[in-house]
Amino acid sequence: MIKSELVQNIASQNPHLYQRDVENIVNAILGEIVAAMARGDRVELRGFGAFSVKHRPARTGRNPRTGAHVSVGKKSVPFFKTGKEMRERLNRPASTDVA
Amino acid sequence: MSAKTITRADLCEAVYQKVGLSRTESATLVELVLKEITDCLERGETVKLSSFGSFVVRKKGQRIGRNPKTGKEVPISPRRVMVFKPSAILKQRINGEAEGAVQE
Repeated sequence: MIKSELVQNIASQNPHLYQRDVENIVNAILGEIVAAMARGDRVELRGFGAFSVKHRPARTGRNPRTGAHVSVGKKSVPFFKTGKEMRERLNRPASTDVA
Repeated sequence: MSAKTITRADLCEAVYQKVGLSRTESATLVELVLKEITDCLERGETVKLSSFGSFVVRKKGQRIGRNPKTGKEVPISPRRVMVFKPSAILKQRINGEAEGAVQE
């Protein structure tokens, strides 16, 4: 499923909303999550999961081809931890194609 | 350390402010968006949200784990896990770079 399909699914369940409105809703939600992470805040959505930011210190890396040392600056990476209920839902017997 | 934790209530507020629905309806829609994503993942489908990232379901085979406390070996049953792959744009935003200029 891609974003436009998500918007369509939600719009079809809410005939009183324009597709444009639903698009704005989805973008407002995602935008808020991104803005929070950009500030370094955590986003916790019970039953779904939590978004947080992890900080990686600067380090000396190697170019794997030439073996040359390269300095890699410090950076921050987004991180998502799946929520408990989500984890359970992915593995409950009803959810069809478990290996 | 990061100062604040954002929750559903904050997402509802953002929808309320930006879209102009009632607070109740904003809350219902935030729930619906999460439900649609969750249902899709439960079916094993990937969810791709452009400029945000994608959620992918992966299958893990059985493996032998160890109880870290007792050191006993225990089989870990096959399971499905979900991973989030952040988009390049999201990674840049978090590193304080300007929106738009995506390399790669």
